[in-house]
Amino acid sequence: MDCFKDFRYGLPTDLGYYSEQMGWQASPFKLDLTKEPKSLIKSFYTVIFAFVFLWVNGHLKKDQLKILKFMEFIFEPWPWYVAGPLIALTMFLLIFLGKKFGMSTNLETICTLCGAGKKADYFDLNWKNQRWNLVVLLGAVIGGFIGAHLLSHGSAVAIHPDTISILRELGFQSAGTAYLPDELFGLEALTDIKSLSILLIGGVLLGFGARYAAGCTSGHAISGLSNLQVPSLIAVIGFFIGGLFMIHVLFPLIF
Amino acid sequence: MKRTLSYLFIGIFFGIVMYKSEAASWFRIYEMFQFQSFHMYGIIGSALILGILGVQLIKRNKLKSFFGEPIEIEPKEKGIWQYLYGGIIFGLGWALAGACPGPIYTLIGAGYLSILVVLAGALLGTFIYGLLQKKLPH
Repeated sequence: MDCFKDFRYGLPTDLGYYSEQMGWQASPFKLDLTKEPKSLIKSFYTVIFAFVFLWVNGHLKKDQLKILKFMEFIFEPWPWYVAGPLIALTMFLLIFLGKKFGMSTNLETICTLCGAGKKADYFDLNWKNQRWNLVVLLGAVIGGFIGAHLLSHGSAVAIHPDTISILRELGFQSAGTAYLPDELFGLEALTDIKSLSILLIGGVLLGFGARYAAGCTSGHAISGLSNLQVPSLIAVIGFFIGGLFMIHVLFPLIF
Repeated sequence: MKRTLSYLFIGIFFGIVMYKSEAASWFRIYEMFQFQSFHMYGIIGSALILGILGVQLIKRNKLKSFFGEPIEIEPKEKGIWQYLYGGIIFGLGWALAGACPGPIYTLIGAGYLSILVVLAGALLGTFIYGLLQKKLPH
């Protein structure tokens, strides 16, 4: 322990000397004064590198947080002020491709493809002019798959608590916990004649009405009204007369 | 081919928006007709306001399509009864089935097989309209 006695005269300047005194091997870290400026620059670079690394790393983590927050936002149901503009964008993309936004025309095209032209002149048209719309339809199916299976955590739709209680009274126990009511759309409901006929009749009214009015929600409420067309306004008023009558007058009788 | 792909991507985009905005949910349609949420009115309203502004921009500036062709937005044929009666019938179906034609396709992709019954009904309804078209008031 002799070496420590020497500390009384100041700190050891050559650690290697003391380590040799203690029987250790010569230290590889022995400070060489001639090389000191170089090692200073080296350590200076190391510190700068460390700072840059920490700074970049911190930013990456912040961005990761941002990305995570964005992902969370995507996975949650989208608010109206996001969805509405995106629907308008869909319409404008189609307009700038020289087409028009209207989903129910496809029903007509499919009927024509199934050979309905033999039964009624109405379907006697060139379906190839509407081939682009069938591609949009195919895309909508794929989009539904992506939205439901890749971009969502759950499928519960958070409707207003009052709506939930009204629906539960009508017998829709799945209100507030599902995307579609199990009572109508569940696979078990497919064996029930009542729910099956509700779906079928609902579909018939949709198809018949959409073609009679020459458009549906996309064709009239979005495309038509955007062009300030009076027929579309009449049709949309009709949509609401029918919808309100169904829910306020017929629903209590049906369910 | 490029055009076909762009229609496909627009469709995929539309399908995702329909599903994620819950506009394809039966419950949202019911809630809308009960006037208990602004959600659906917000979606249709904001799409409409932007739509009106955009269509006006296109018309006033005589904008051209991506392919350089002039954009023509054909107005619907004039009439009242066709749109009123058709609209009311469509509205009844919209509230009952809780889906309009766009979301029907989206829900097929989302895996709700029962919606195929609605689609079959819609095709049947379209076919019935085709048969009766000349006898109906327009």
